[in-house]
Amino acid sequence: MIRIVDLHKSFGGNKVLRGVNLQLRRGETLAVIGQSGCGKSVLLKHIIGLLKPDKGKVYVDGEDITLLNDEELHKITRRFGMLFQGTALFDSMTVGQNVSFGLERYTDHSKEKIHELVRENLAKVGLRGVEHLMPFELSGGMRKRVGLARAIAYSPDIILYDEPSTGIDPIRADAINDLIIRMGKEMKVSELIITHDMVSAYKVADKIAMLYEGKIIEIGTPEEIKNSKNPIVQQFIHGKAEGPIENW
Amino acid sequence: MFRKVKSPLFYINIFFEEMGEVGLLIFRTFKNLFKKPWEKGIFIQQLEEVGVRSLPVVLLTAAFGGLVFALQTYVGFHRYIGPGSETYGGPIISLGLSKELIPILVGLMVAGRVGSAMAAEIGTMKITEQIDALFSLGADPIRYLVVPRTLACFIMLPCLTVFGDIVGIAAGFFYNVVLMGVNRVLYVRNILLYMELWDVFSGLIKAAVFGIIIALIGCWQGLKTEGGAEGVGRATTRTVVIASVLILIVNFLLSKALPANL
Ligand SMILES: Nc1ncnc2c1ncn2[C@@H]1O[C@H](COP(=O)(O)OP(=O)(O)OP(=O)(O)O)[C@@H](O)[C@H]1O
Ligand SMILES: [Mg+2]
Repeated sequence: MIRIVDLHKSFGGNKVLRGVNLQLRRGETLAVIGQSGCGKSVLLKHIIGLLKPDKGKVYVDGEDITLLNDEELHKITRRFGMLFQGTALFDSMTVGQNVSFGLERYTDHSKEKIHELVRENLAKVGLRGVEHLMPFELSGGMRKRVGLARAIAYSPDIILYDEPSTGIDPIRADAINDLIIRMGKEMKVSELIITHDMVSAYKVADKIAMLYEGKIIEIGTPEEIKNSKNPIVQQFIHGKAEGPIENW
Repeated sequence: MFRKVKSPLFYINIFFEEMGEVGLLIFRTFKNLFKKPWEKGIFIQQLEEVGVRSLPVVLLTAAFGGLVFALQTYVGFHRYIGPGSETYGGPIISLGLSKELIPILVGLMVAGRVGSAMAAEIGTMKITEQIDALFSLGADPIRYLVVPRTLACFIMLPCLTVFGDIVGIAAGFFYNVVLMGVNRVLYVRNILLYMELWDVFSGLIKAAVFGIIIALIGCWQGLKTEGGAEGVGRATTRTVVIASVLILIVNFLLSKALPANL
């Protein structure tokens, strides 16, 4: 469904991605792990065309989206839901308007139906009666969940989550894990999740990939990753300060 | 403290790069002008922001612009041509106001009030990834942000100028006739005799052009904002400076290019 081939991206002299190869199949849930600043968010933005690579291809159902212009891209962004790391809620709009934004542009539903879907999707992330609030009136974790509701509201078939559980209490975080699993299993949605939370990665992912120094150094099922021979992977998943990964 | 001095070539390069950016923005704005969906809500909101909310400051500056202009014109006629000739100040004041001073005042006021706000708002959206979010939710940032703002400025600056003209000319009348005792009938007669509709209209054309300049510069600076709160501040300042300078330059060029009368 999504195939990333030899993706390169630098900012100035900073070589962030140095040949990423990755594949996401239909209905599959893939978790990408890696150190802070290693380029996970940059990778995600290439998948819906927010960034253009220096070199390499991103195929969505066989179509190379790196060649599309903005107009053509809009036809495929409808299929994507994206949760931004910093939520990127529209701060001049209410929560309700934020969640209905995609629905109004991507669907032909009536006002009533949209209203109902907004309520339903907010309920999915455990929020009720917040439609009329402004984003700045919410806590950090609530904002994240509104961002999640906004991303899934118009039933996209590919969802990209940039750290869905960061900044959320453990009980809610687990509820979000369940939501992610449910989206994958019941709705047959393909999902790509960026996370630092290994417990969550093991729980929700069909496969886990590790990004290190601009490349995917290991990919496998949660079991395979747990038993990986690679000392870098072992150090990361056990969160040890000592090991081959330099800390400072 | 001391920044390395770059070669002139570097700045020339940047200049052309930025011209290219603006050119592309203009092109994309016009291309999106006729595309659906048409963002009515934002357009109306911008009409209010640019038009209604700028009206008080425009009227105030127009009134004082009219007053000083009248003051100096009165002095000129009184001193150089002689008592009694002040009634000819009417058409001169009205012409100067409606063709030059009011459009410029409106342009500069709106650049400071609205252009800076556009740069700040869009710049903040840029650095908090809201522009990316717009894109991912199916709203083209040009169509959604730039087109309604540009249209609103294009429509509202001439409207503001009309109000400014009225207040400015009234202030000129007030100074000459009420304060300085110039003959009211002759003053008004001279205005009606020598002023043409084209004098007002050419000022409105200028104002419309200034509107486009303000909106495009504000949106351009906003969309290219980088680097946190400081970047937003820089975008805001640069918008006001660039737009103001451009308004003065373009004003001269238009004064030269537009025929003096039809
Ligand atoms: N727009 C940009 N301009 C310049 N450099 C950038 C830009 N975006 C990202 N970078 C750089 O790319 C690198 C990777 O950033 P990215 O946000 O992808 O990290 P990340 O893996 O998501 O980290 P985290 O887990 O902390 O979110 C960083 O070194 C960052 O400085
Ligand atoms: Mg990130």
